[in-house]
Amino acid sequence: MNPSNYVILSAVLFSIGTIGVLVRRNAIVVFMSVELMLNAANLAFVAFARMNGNLDGQVVAFFVMVVAASEVVVGLAIIVTIFRTRRSASIDEPNLLKY
Amino acid sequence: MPAEGVFSLIWVLIALPLVGAAILLLGGRRTNKWGPYLAILTVSAAAVIGILMLLGMFQDSAEQRTYGQNLFTWVFAGRFQADMAFQLDQLSICFVLLITVVGALIHVYSLGYMAHDENKRKFFGYLNLFVAAMLLLVLANNYLLLYVGWEGVGLASYLLISFWQHKDSAAQAGKKAFIINRVGDVGLSLAIMLLFVTFGSVSFQDVFGSADKASEGTLTAIGLLLLLAACGKSAQFPLQAWLLDAMEGPTPVSALIHAATMVTAGVYLIVRSNVIFTAAEWAAVAVICVGLITMWMGAIIGSAKDDIKKSLAGSTMSQIGYMITAAGLGPIGYVFAIFHLLMHGVFKAGLFLGAGSVMHGMKDNVNMRRYGALRALMIFTSSTFIICYLAIIGIPPFDGFFSKDDIIHASFERSPIIGILAMLAAGLTGFYMTRMVAMTFFGKARWEDDVHPHESPKVMTIPLVILAIGATVGGMSLVWWGNIESWLEPVVGIKTVELPLPSWAYELTTLVLVIIGSIFAWMSYARREVPVEAPHGNLLTRAAREELYGNQVNDALVVAPSFWLSRVLVWFDNRAVDGFVNGSAAFVGGLSGRMRRYQTGFARSYALSMVGGAVLVVLALVLVRVS
Repeated sequence: MNPSNYVILSAVLFSIGTIGVLVRRNAIVVFMSVELMLNAANLAFVAFARMNGNLDGQVVAFFVMVVAASEVVVGLAIIVTIFRTRRSASIDEPNLLKY
Repeated sequence: MPAEGVFSLIWVLIALPLVGAAILLLGGRRTNKWGPYLAILTVSAAAVIGILMLLGMFQDSAEQRTYGQNLFTWVFAGRFQADMAFQLDQLSICFVLLITVVGALIHVYSLGYMAHDENKRKFFGYLNLFVAAMLLLVLANNYLLLYVGWEGVGLASYLLISFWQHKDSAAQAGKKAFIINRVGDVGLSLAIMLLFVTFGSVSFQDVFGSADKASEGTLTAIGLLLLLAACGKSAQFPLQAWLLDAMEGPTPVSALIHAATMVTAGVYLIVRSNVIFTAAEWAAVAVICVGLITMWMGAIIGSAKDDIKKSLAGSTMSQIGYMITAAGLGPIGYVFAIFHLLMHGVFKAGLFLGAGSVMHGMKDNVNMRRYGALRALMIFTSSTFIICYLAIIGIPPFDGFFSKDDIIHASFERSPIIGILAMLAAGLTGFYMTRMVAMTFFGKARWEDDVHPHESPKVMTIPLVILAIGATVGGMSLVWWGNIESWLEPVVGIKTVELPLPSWAYELTTLVLVIIGSIFAWMSYARREVPVEAPHGNLLTRAAREELYGNQVNDALVVAPSFWLSRVLVWFDNRAVDGFVNGSAAFVGGLSGRMRRYQTGFARSYALSMVGGAVLVVLALVLVRVS
């Protein structure tokens, strides 16, 4: 199968993730969209690794997974805390940190 | 020749009053009780050393009477070297004796005059500081060290003029003296730089030894700069305006600094640099012009002032004008300039101290229109004052007769115009001094109501008596016994005066002019009633009361333009400099005020801008790739 199809799939997934981040209000969904973007990037890395015939892209993909896992831990903790105090998981509501 | 025996004490001469000043000024209130006596002791000890040195000089032959003492190298940078080194010769010793002996007498006098002043200790400390600086000035063997003394006396003069600084006028007068002196000091510092550039050294020996190698233009420039310095220090035209205001200081200060010693430092500078002025003829002509102008200005101002001290200050200007004129005449005049300087130092100190004694008895009133008939009440003061008066107007055998007539002779040798101007000024001297004596000691009493004139204590009258004795015998002894002309010849050179008429003819004419002036003053101020309020007077009198508009000229030429300039600069600073600085600050502030509106607090809008930015980066990359 042509590896460039995987790259196209990765671009499609990344765009869906981006649109999800920009248009959804629920923090959990935004978070899931972010994960989608990260994994789209992983897919692209792996596809390129295959195309170039070396392991560099796969190594980076592992790094991305590790970072994404840690980010999920911290991010979910923040979201839960905010939900506990505000009774809402909307991402637009905590907007006090501004001019 | 190297300094041996008593001459190894040259540095002690300066160190004694300097240590005295340090103890008095740093010791604080602890020294209040014995401080003034210590000050008198240091100056008297310096005077004794000075006299011993004079006696020691008689032991050596005339050519060997220059003694050098090198303490250490003071400034050393590249080719430049200035030593902390002293030079004592026939010229310096004259000044050393004048400064220390008259200084010691004035110190003693101050003990009485300042008896009730709470800052007496500080006063004596400043006086000692002055004596030390003045001795440094006349004993230095190079121009840079002379400059230190020059500035030192300026500082002491400033401190002492504004000694009663709670009086606004005294504080202003001190500032004025300091600032006007600074103009002259700039001249001296430029002259020193020019000397170094021309000769590669600032020591007297090197400069005078190689003066004939320099071009006449350079020497004229150096001479004119030195003249500027002398004008500042000696209150000569056009820097004369500070001296009359300087009379705000205590009277012993006026006697010591502004009559006998400091104001004659300009004459010393010119006579010391005689080699330069002899070689630069135009500079010497400028010296004569300055001297003649000031001689007349001082005499005219002295004739109109009712304030006894200011009248004496005008007289000081006039007499220093004589000295400067003589110093400009060249080798025929140098000796007479110094001779008149010494004699003037004695009799003018006597006159000032006498005036101080009169003020002491008149509740510090200085207005001569409020004096009168004090002769019998102040017998010591009036008799010593009258002796000094006879000396200044040049009645034989008092000492002004010898010194002033010598200057007039020398002037006639140079040019009859200078001679006649000097002679007529002598007549004017007779007028204003007789006016002063008549208004103070003769005529009717015009005292204010609660004034009870009395003689001053002995501590004040004894110095007066000694100075009066000096004014009586000083001239005779220096001419007939001491022979000052041959004494100073190795330092300044000499040329005998040759005149078409016998010298007694000039002396007689001068004497007649002086007597005419005196009789005129006597008729107007002793025989006639002196009004308590000054009459309106004619144009010249009013101008002279205004000090010949010296202050107005300074205001118009210097003060007003500098105010104007500073206003322009302030405007430039406020508008242009501050405008640029504040404008750029306002620009950045305004810009950031608008920019911060983009910090909305919505995470999604940040995400949008990030996406936008990423898209832009990608587009840029693609564009670069494609092209």
